[in-house]
Amino acid sequence: MAEEFVKPRRVLDVSALPDVTFASRSITWWGTLGMMVIEAGVFALALASYLYLHSRSATWPPGVLPPDLLWGTINTAIFVLSMIPTEWYRRRARQGDTSSVQIGLVLACIIGVATLLVRYKEMTHLNTDWTQSAYGSIVWLIMGLHITHLLTDWVESVVLTVLFFSPHIEGKRFVDAEENASYWYFVVITWIPIYFIIYWAPRWLRS
Amino acid sequence: MSEQKAQLVLEVASRESSERRAENLTRVWAEPAGVWGWFKAVHHTTIGKRYIVTAFAFFLAAGLLAGAMRLQLAFPEAHIMSPDMYNQVFTMHGTVMMFLFAVPMMFEALSVYLVPLMVGTRNIAFPRLNAFSYYLFLFGGLTLFAFFFVNSGPDRGWFAYVPLSGPDYTPGKRADMWAQLITFTEVSALAVAVEVVVTVFKLRAPGMSLNRIPVFVWGQVVTAFMVIFAMPGVVIASTMLLLDRTASTQFYNPAVGGDVLLYQHLFWWFGHPEVYIIFIPGTAIVSTIIATFSRRHVFGYMALVLSLIATGFIAFGLWVHHMFATGIPQMSESFFTAASMMIAIPAGTQIFCWIATVATGKVVLRTPMLWVLGFFFVFILGGMTGIFVASVPVDLQVHDTYFVVAHFHYVLIGGAVFPMFGAFAYWFPKITGRMMSERLGVWSFWLFTIGFNITFFPMHILGLRGMPRRVYTYPAGAGWTVLNQIESCGYVLLFLGVLVFLVNVWRSLRTGPIASSNPWGAGGLEWAADSPPKPYNFLDLPTVNGREALWDAAPDQPIVAGLHEDVREMLTTRLMDAEPEGRDEFPEPTIWPFVAAVVTTALFIGSIFRPVAVSIGAIPLAIALIGWFWPTRQESARRRERDIWQKNS
Amino acid sequence: MIALLSAVPGFRGPQTPLDPAGPQALHIEHTLFLIFWITSVVTVVVLTVLAFGVLRQHAKGEIPPPFEVDPQTERRATWIVGSAIGVTVILLFVMMISSFITSHRTAVLANSSALKINVYGHEWWWEIEYPNEEQPYRIVRTANEIHVPAGTIVDIHGTSRDVIHSFWAPNIHGKKDLLPGYWNDLTVEVDHPGTWRGQCAEFCGLQHAHMAFNIVAQSREDFNNWYNAQLKSASEPQTPQAIHGREVFLSHPCMMCHTIRGTTANSTVGPDLTHVASRSMIAAGTLVNNTGNLTGWIANAQSIKPGCRMPPNPMDANDLNDLVAYVESLR
Ligand code: HEA
Ligand code: HEA
Ligand code: HEC
Ligand code: CUA
Ligand SMILES: [Cu+2]
Repeated sequence: MAEEFVKPRRVLDVSALPDVTFASRSITWWGTLGMMVIEAGVFALALASYLYLHSRSATWPPGVLPPDLLWGTINTAIFVLSMIPTEWYRRRARQGDTSSVQIGLVLACIIGVATLLVRYKEMTHLNTDWTQSAYGSIVWLIMGLHITHLLTDWVESVVLTVLFFSPHIEGKRFVDAEENASYWYFVVITWIPIYFIIYWAPRWLRS
Repeated sequence: MSEQKAQLVLEVASRESSERRAENLTRVWAEPAGVWGWFKAVHHTTIGKRYIVTAFAFFLAAGLLAGAMRLQLAFPEAHIMSPDMYNQVFTMHGTVMMFLFAVPMMFEALSVYLVPLMVGTRNIAFPRLNAFSYYLFLFGGLTLFAFFFVNSGPDRGWFAYVPLSGPDYTPGKRADMWAQLITFTEVSALAVAVEVVVTVFKLRAPGMSLNRIPVFVWGQVVTAFMVIFAMPGVVIASTMLLLDRTASTQFYNPAVGGDVLLYQHLFWWFGHPEVYIIFIPGTAIVSTIIATFSRRHVFGYMALVLSLIATGFIAFGLWVHHMFATGIPQMSESFFTAASMMIAIPAGTQIFCWIATVATGKVVLRTPMLWVLGFFFVFILGGMTGIFVASVPVDLQVHDTYFVVAHFHYVLIGGAVFPMFGAFAYWFPKITGRMMSERLGVWSFWLFTIGFNITFFPMHILGLRGMPRRVYTYPAGAGWTVLNQIESCGYVLLFLGVLVFLVNVWRSLRTGPIASSNPWGAGGLEWAADSPPKPYNFLDLPTVNGREALWDAAPDQPIVAGLHEDVREMLTTRLMDAEPEGRDEFPEPTIWPFVAAVVTTALFIGSIFRPVAVSIGAIPLAIALIGWFWPTRQESARRRERDIWQKNS
Repeated sequence: MIALLSAVPGFRGPQTPLDPAGPQALHIEHTLFLIFWITSVVTVVVLTVLAFGVLRQHAKGEIPPPFEVDPQTERRATWIVGSAIGVTVILLFVMMISSFITSHRTAVLANSSALKINVYGHEWWWEIEYPNEEQPYRIVRTANEIHVPAGTIVDIHGTSRDVIHSFWAPNIHGKKDLLPGYWNDLTVEVDHPGTWRGQCAEFCGLQHAHMAFNIVAQSREDFNNWYNAQLKSASEPQTPQAIHGREVFLSHPCMMCHTIRGTTANSTVGPDLTHVASRSMIAAGTLVNNTGNLTGWIANAQSIKPGCRMPPNPMDANDLNDLVAYVESLR
């Protein structure tokens, strides 16, 4: 089969292709998207369970007051506002603008801490605990799920921030930064329906 | 380099240069050596092989448990096993077969090994996650058996209905172990699902546009999506069960607003798609083998792909057909009857397309094809009994009887195990580099097929004669004895069939004739790689020009060049048309996924005994994950000076 | 195999859907047969076509090169496959409609004259209750044996006292789960006198295998006699043996779990024994109700039904014999 090698053959030269690619061109993006879809599914079913349990119960919320609005609403505000700096450093990441991304990530870490602190206050104002009734259990489960996301995202941000102040800065890091931003969006967007179910459903579906 | 495109050029490659490249690639892609190296491996063929062996070992174990059941049921009012032991045995059998054999084998194992080869890339996307998923699967299975051997095996059936599995009626750790096993297997399945989707969406060989993706790969992608959408159901269901048991939540406690049917809805939201997660890879195998051994492109490619997708969708509208007897409103029952019968249309469509392929092709009867023919016979029977149980009134009679046991063994073994044995015979040369013995192959086929029907056909009749399932024994006067004894005899043949298969594997590995790279003259890209594949899969990444890449290749089919070969670089292509789009790097081997899996296992098992184990275990887990993702200085430095940024971003 | 299966319809017995004893089971049997014949024929046809396809032309020895199928063969195949799918759709539709009709027919609404029976599932026995609107305190409560008047609509109203069980008497109707927190209804009718066997069909733990019951259909007057007998409280023991037996019963743990109306024993952990001797079986269809079995059961139920909720009751021989004599006097 020697001659097959020496005669010229058509090759597809891909050496010019970029290796720092964003969004749908980066496989990390697809990976994160996959994880988001899975987690969204878990949230959706948890909320569905909430409504199912409501449909099976005579009084709602059973013998307790709905969660207090204050802290949950404050956190919702923080979440929504946090999208502004997030969007900013996401765009700068695409330009490879190191200093902006550094600032953005530090902000992300601070915001993370803030939401976690407020979340702690939220948990103390749910007016039920998980052992009391199925209602209490599902409320705590949903909140717990979201807290887990807050925590993981926070750790992720911290690690990435450290990397951005280390000699490891290169194209991939900026891709990571963009992923970090989109994951935060996911955490925020899933919170919106949760906020309405946890805080408003007991008021609207009251019986 | 302003123009960020791939262009076709003519190149003269000398034999020497390609040999040098081969050596170099071998060095770059070689799996690390030594004992530690074994735990660092991340190549999809390595992990894929481990998945196959492990899942099959679980099949053997669960098969032996089945033997124990058949022994106990061979005699009325037998005392060979205590009721408690029998309940553990049938629960272990069902759980292991479904969660540790069927899904891992049909979905994880086969796609991890085959999909990257079939789409023409050098590894699976996220190979470290892949290694992690394997270890989690392995450890989950091992702990389950450990619990079983200390008489703490789960004993509430493979779907552990509440309240029976709840804190009030199942003291001890049995149900907790079951729930955690589910967590282990679902995490690994979900990880592989994401890897498969990304591999197929982004790493296909140039030219493999959507309408050229091999049916097998389509099957695994549809399955991956089903895993992604179905698993959350069982995640929630088993988590709630675990919390009810360990953290005294009240999800399933009717006394304080909990609901026992919530569990069933959540479980079957997953549980029904689950059975198609097991079956679709089976059909994917059948489509592949049928085409190769009919020597023609499979008939009705579009129809087959659409049937797979349709099955994937309809599967999520069927779960209530497992709950017809719970007394849910008649209206909704009718809906689920309709949906359950509708699913027969895509199934039928596939059957008909395959028959058309066979009837218009030149059939070659080799062992893989035999297993496929066996599949037709067994699966169609099972599918038909599926139609029986899809009808609410009929199901109210046969639900939870041996009729259902017959149904699901016909579809599970027909739809998964027969194709699996076919797949083994078919891809064995590719994986091991040696051919299997045809003679022994034929023997194991006939032993298994005959044994199977003797074992399971009488179960239809038993069910119609009123024998409920999950009974550890039955009264002598019930008229069930003879049929049960026939079944138990059939088991012996089944056993021999599997044994002959094992002997065949064992002998072929040593003395089997050396296999060429494409012994069946098949058309799939995996046959372009050596048998067994080199650690880099392909010396020259291929391009594709048709559905059966090798059959349809142009005489001067181009190959891909220009990737850096001093690192594990990959080519990414566009989702729709598979046009080259970018380059990226596969990560190197590392110990961290293994470490992370060990920690996760400790965390899961610990949480059975002390819920706080979750928070404690979180810290080492975080450390392991950071180690996993932390880049080395050389990597960062090298990339920094090579980086080509995507334009117009 | 089809032959084997088609032998099934002839099957008769006390616990099979293929020997209907009432309209509900009969309707279901018809749908079952319709689906059976349609699917059998389709299976045979499909497999025959496949067999011909394989035998038509298969290559011996070497594997031939792949080939292009000529267009009009392909077109003919397409046409055949298309129509096969069409037929499939039609047949499925037929089976679906027949199934809907049956569902509708079997769901006869319980009319006012219907006899109401409450069934409570227990691990691992059935508590049976005949509620009584006029005099709520005069309730018939028994276990594992349901008496119904033939030819009347009976409304079985069920739930569970612990885990999920499933009430299933195949000759009479399909099954219905008994779920904690839910009440399910099953409206049935038995058209001729006789005795049929039912069994729990939802896995409920250790003794799921031994959780059966009998349905006894009687003529109106037989039923009324039975009913009035069951209304009475326990008959006074006559023989000295039996009288001593009652003392044994009341001085042993028995009374902590069982009720015997007319005595101080009134717990509901176990079956009501007021008329236990009138039942044909004991321990939920596990044992024939005779002296030997009763003695064995009372002495050590665990050896007969391991894990059941009745502990062994060690006592000396004549106490035991007298106790059994007393229990057997509870007609
Ligand atoms: C590989 C797994 C697999 C597959 C493919 C199927 C396929 C089907 N199953 Fe099965 N099923 C199980 C695995 C599977 N099942 C398991 C494990 C259980 C029990 C779980 C448990 O309780 O433990 C179960 C239980 C189960 C039930 C609940 C029974 C009960 O518990 O009472 C029902 C009810 O509707 C059902 C229906 C169907 C139907 C309609 C199909 C259809 O998809 C079948 C379609 C195929 C065909 C019909 C044959 C080919 C078609 C043709 C040749 C065309 C012509 C056909 C006609 C004209 C009819 N299945
Ligand atoms: C893919 C899934 C799958 C497979 C392949 C099987 C395979 C078999 N099953 Fe199983 N089965 C289930 C899934 C499966 N089953 C499920 C989900 C249930 C329901 C459980 C529940 O109710 O919760 C069930 C329930 C079930 C029951 C009903 C139990 C009950 O309700 O009381 C029975 C009874 O006979 C049974 C029998 C068998 C037999 C004989 C095989 C045979 O086909 C097995 C064939 C395999 C062998 C014979 C192995 C041979 C082994 C060797 C040769 C080993 C050699 C040794 C070494 C090398 C160390 N199964
Ligand atoms: C701790 C509770 C408990 C005690 C004490 C107990 N029983 Fe029972 N008994 C049961 C239960 C529960 C059953 C139903 C068992 C089953 O069928 O699974 C039962 C069943 C029976 C039956 C069969 C009833 C039927 O119709 O099937 C008889 C007879 C009986 N007991 C008699 C006795 C006698 C006599 C004693 C005392 C010597 C006794 N029991 C002590 C709980 C108890
Ligand atoms: Cu009660 Cu099974
Ligand atoms: Cu199903």
